[in-house]
Amino acid sequence: MARNCYDAVIVGAGAAGLAAGSVTAASGCSTLIIDRESRSGGILNQCIHNGFGLRYFKEELTGPEFAYRMSQKAQNAGVEFALDSAVTDIKKLDDGTFDLRILSKHDGVRHINSRAVMLTMGCRERNRGAIATPGGRPAGIFTAGTAQKLLNCEGKLPGKSAVIVGSGDIGLIMARRLRWSGIDVKAVIEIMPHSAGLTRNVVQCLHDFGIPLYLSTSVVRIDGKDRVTGVVAAPLNDDRTPDMNKAFAIECDTVLFSVGLIPEMELAKKLGVKENPATGGAEVDSNYSTSIPGVFSAGNVLHVHDLVDFVAEEAEYAGKCLVDYLVGAKNGVEYNSSVLKNLKYVIPNRFAPTQDTRFLFRPTVVTDRAVLKAMVNGESVWEKKLLFVRPAEMIIAEIKANTLAGDVTFVLEEI
Amino acid sequence: MPELICISCPQGCHLTAVEANGSVTVSGNRCPRGEVYAKQELTDPRRMVTAVMPSDNKKHPFIAVRTTAPYPKAKIPALLNRLYAMTIKTPVKNGDIIIADIDNSGIGVIVTENI
Repeated sequence: MARNCYDAVIVGAGAAGLAAGSVTAASGCSTLIIDRESRSGGILNQCIHNGFGLRYFKEELTGPEFAYRMSQKAQNAGVEFALDSAVTDIKKLDDGTFDLRILSKHDGVRHINSRAVMLTMGCRERNRGAIATPGGRPAGIFTAGTAQKLLNCEGKLPGKSAVIVGSGDIGLIMARRLRWSGIDVKAVIEIMPHSAGLTRNVVQCLHDFGIPLYLSTSVVRIDGKDRVTGVVAAPLNDDRTPDMNKAFAIECDTVLFSVGLIPEMELAKKLGVKENPATGGAEVDSNYSTSIPGVFSAGNVLHVHDLVDFVAEEAEYAGKCLVDYLVGAKNGVEYNSSVLKNLKYVIPNRFAPTQDTRFLFRPTVVTDRAVLKAMVNGESVWEKKLLFVRPAEMIIAEIKANTLAGDVTFVLEEI
Repeated sequence: MPELICISCPQGCHLTAVEANGSVTVSGNRCPRGEVYAKQELTDPRRMVTAVMPSDNKKHPFIAVRTTAPYPKAKIPALLNRLYAMTIKTPVKNGDIIIADIDNSGIGVIVTENI
């Protein structure tokens, strides 16, 4: 590699990193994207199913196709790549630039200097330990994404008959992948009273194959000594404890967990980036700047998106903000934003009242009629009616400049 | 009176289709795509098929492919068996044709990654 100094270094070559890098490089900033995998595209490469790109490319693509287009865009814009390389440390230097320590098989340890950093590391999966499922520790227990990588990239079948714990989209998509690979899927078991994934995935991945979905049901035990032999599940009582009188056993040799994602924030936390406890990602302002000036964040490492199209849009915007930072633009006065009723979080956490701002929310309720209100000093100053609210779907609100004249609290009221 | 859930978009409208005098009336849809979906689903249900096929490449022993359009649902298992029995010769690139026209259906199978 020719140089050791860049205007922008982007950590992670998934959809977010590629989108952000395309913008920074096209604006004339020297840009390096670093990724630990041997090809760019991130998790998209293992998501061989269709359903991506309808919003961003106005056409339906598979994951690898979406990744390819994003990579081409970044390369054409002049982005440089460091693949098979892991960033192990980021330090802010006294002159305001950053030192990144990079580990790779080719070059060993080396250091790169950058004027600004974009964090786009994505997420890893919550696993069995995260939800404390009791039972033995036999072989045959995977996260859904690990099984997806084994099956789609290496062609390895995880087992012969499976139970999927959690009805997130990755779990649903994997139910269909397993069936199409000749593996029997006995059941999907969801602890909540509704599916965590999109309705259309319940239809085309479960209904199409007659796979039962047990709602308000918990896996209370995994059986097996060397290999999984089955699970025991029980419906939940009203107080959400399992009703062991109604417990039932399902035979299987494989258990997949699709129980949520955790932002890969270790590097950012070590650097001192302030965390948003509601998302597990960084706290950001409306320029996607973290608590450390010059460090930006976008995509799933910031908050979990339901569509990669939204990831790309958000990261493009964050890339533009990084370019503005490099030319010395300042946000001026900022107010805080927070959430109360029926909302899990809002992005951004701070905003400039003199700019148009896109606010993103994750609802906690299922309802077909609701109103989203922006409260300043106890008064509603902005409202939006919503006709379709699901926890699986992000709410987007574009609020014009000079609408919010102070710290804002958003509430979602069912009507 | 078949009850269907539309899969055209994330809203997942619950549709009801009523057949009378050879024509189908659809209700419950919030957009025109729901009607198209319901009629297709009742007469000739189709799905996009995505899969991985064995390749001769050591580093990437399996390669992602998809159908060029939604394929008749009942024929998907036979198509998958056919794909799994073939071996893709690398290098391949996005859009390379594996099967040009499956059994005169007008639908093909293409590669979706560069290996």
